[in-house]
Amino acid sequence: MKNWSALTRRDAMKTALLGSVALAAGAAGPAAAADKLKAAWVYVGPVGDFGYSYQHDQGRKAVEKELGDKVVTSYVENVPEGPDAERAIERLARDGNQIIFTTSFGFMDPTIKVAKKYPKVKFAHATGYKRAENVSTFSARFYEGRYVIGQIAGKMTKSNVIGYIVSFPIPEVVSGINAFMLGAQSVNPNVKVKIVWVNSWYDPGKEADAAKVLIGQGADILTQHTDSTAPLQVAQEKGILGFGQSSDMAKFAPKAQITAITDDWDGYYVDQVKQVLAGTWKSTDTWDGMAKGMVVLPPIVNVPDDVKAMAEKTMAGIKDGSIKPFGGKITKQDGTVVENLDDGAILSMNWYVKGIDDKLPG
Amino acid sequence: MSTDSALLAVLLTIVTASTPLLLAALGELVTERAGVLNLGVEGMMVMGAVAGFAVALTTGSPYLGIVASALAGAALAVPFGFLTLNLVANQVATGLALTLLGLGLSGLIGESFVGQPGVRLAKIHIPGLSDLPFVGPLLFGQDVLVYLALALAVFVSWGVFRTRAGLVLRAVGDNHASAHALGYSVIRVRWLAVLFGGALSGLGGGYLSLAYTPQWIENMTAGRGWIALALVVFSSWLPGRLVIGAYLFGAVTILGFFVQGLGVGVPSQLLSSLPYLVTIAALVAISRKRGGGGDAPACLGRSFVPDR
Repeated sequence: MKNWSALTRRDAMKTALLGSVALAAGAAGPAAAADKLKAAWVYVGPVGDFGYSYQHDQGRKAVEKELGDKVVTSYVENVPEGPDAERAIERLARDGNQIIFTTSFGFMDPTIKVAKKYPKVKFAHATGYKRAENVSTFSARFYEGRYVIGQIAGKMTKSNVIGYIVSFPIPEVVSGINAFMLGAQSVNPNVKVKIVWVNSWYDPGKEADAAKVLIGQGADILTQHTDSTAPLQVAQEKGILGFGQSSDMAKFAPKAQITAITDDWDGYYVDQVKQVLAGTWKSTDTWDGMAKGMVVLPPIVNVPDDVKAMAEKTMAGIKDGSIKPFGGKITKQDGTVVENLDDGAILSMNWYVKGIDDKLPG
Repeated sequence: MSTDSALLAVLLTIVTASTPLLLAALGELVTERAGVLNLGVEGMMVMGAVAGFAVALTTGSPYLGIVASALAGAALAVPFGFLTLNLVANQVATGLALTLLGLGLSGLIGESFVGQPGVRLAKIHIPGLSDLPFVGPLLFGQDVLVYLALALAVFVSWGVFRTRAGLVLRAVGDNHASAHALGYSVIRVRWLAVLFGGALSGLGGGYLSLAYTPQWIENMTAGRGWIALALVVFSSWLPGRLVIGAYLFGAVTILGFFVQGLGVGVPSQLLSSLPYLVTIAALVAISRKRGGGGDAPACLGRSFVPDR
């Protein structure tokens, strides 16, 4: 999900919108008062995508709201990953921004490069792994949410077949599938997960097609790690249930969406900006989940009360640390057993847990 | 669930996946038959998608949406026609620019429509026929655009090869100097072909936002315009083969998902490249067997400047 917009929009936007990138950077923020801190955000997609970039911009707005008297924010949207990003980031650094949030995986190297040239400016890069004195990284433990929805799905399925539509076999997606399966298996040992890779972050047509085919094969619950609302709409049309991705998709399929896995960056952004204001900012690696409110599930609907109560209990357990999706013994697809996976193992996951009806591509 | 219903789901999905490709490719086929290569199919499709969605949402009528999508596709073809036909600009460059323009402009127009639930084009229902098990929903229960696309394929095939107008169209595409010498207005014929191509591309896009996945999001065509362009070439500019190509492409795509769902462990990357491979192989094989390949319009992509 981290770079979905890049993969779908990059090519078209690169040429068409390069000019407007520079314009937006200048125009987005109100005129800065000289004594206010300047903070800037770089988005890979448009803020109106109702998904990944939209959620980041909600975080920027939270900073405005909370610290508006001390901070001026601005953003640049539709920034293609790669060399063009470097120019956009450098411009923001030159314009006197003191902290710059670069929110897509592909901004990693450009961020590091610009950070070297501007050692006094602070940077925070989402979903990457390269840090420096003045570069932090941050991401969210989306898999925690997947464990919870896996449990709900395991309880709610009558056919014991769940359809899972996925984008690319990167660790974030694979760990999501595994967490989902472990959640489902924890309440329903007979559950099967059927997986369809559409090889795209975003192709409503293909996602809908995959959803229809999975339903035809007996799936009565759908979940997805792709970004369009199409699978949920198909679920609603066919009278089955599903889960939203990236943002709350309830209005597209009010009868089908049980809940969704959404990203909430508000707390992180406000905290980072506060630290810069206080002069206590240090380069850190942040990987938070439900406990810090970075992964949020909208209210659970369309399921019986006992299922809702179970899910809420699980969420509470994940928050207080008593439930760890990748804690305890886990049997891999090939039969080997691993135990209590650490963050490194989760971040580089390239295997399935036992019971998944698919072979990992690649 | 029974095998029948799984099979039916697959077949129904194949039809909806193939229809937008068929519509857009038919339009481009006519354009190219007139000797004009318009690489802006993707841009015209996406304009059709946003216009169809917007009009359907504001008026509540998906049928007005269909009309709007065709008009929007044709409207985007206007600057292309003016630049390449009247000002003799390079068709390849102008077509590419048209795609970028369409993607950007549709995003701008559609900004306020992102995230709004759309109006779905209803499937037709013929009492009795549509209720038949299996064949009912498949043959008699699709939406109007599915039938329109197939009817248009017949119409284009007949029009291009069996009518006087079609003869003129092909003459202009194959040898514009001769057509001009015979007194036909090359520019006017090409203008009509470009507008027809734009309208059908628009319809293909409208199908996406009205029937396939009733919603609007930027760049929702996701490259289908380029597939349509390729289908035209591999069908050797013949409407009949185009229908086969579009449906074959749709079928292999959907079967790929079906096979993945079975969990037999075929690499998904292979499955997602299969539609391209199978379609190209099949259409090339047909061309070889019939001995009729390679008949690209001789003046394809060449600008016409009348001698005075």
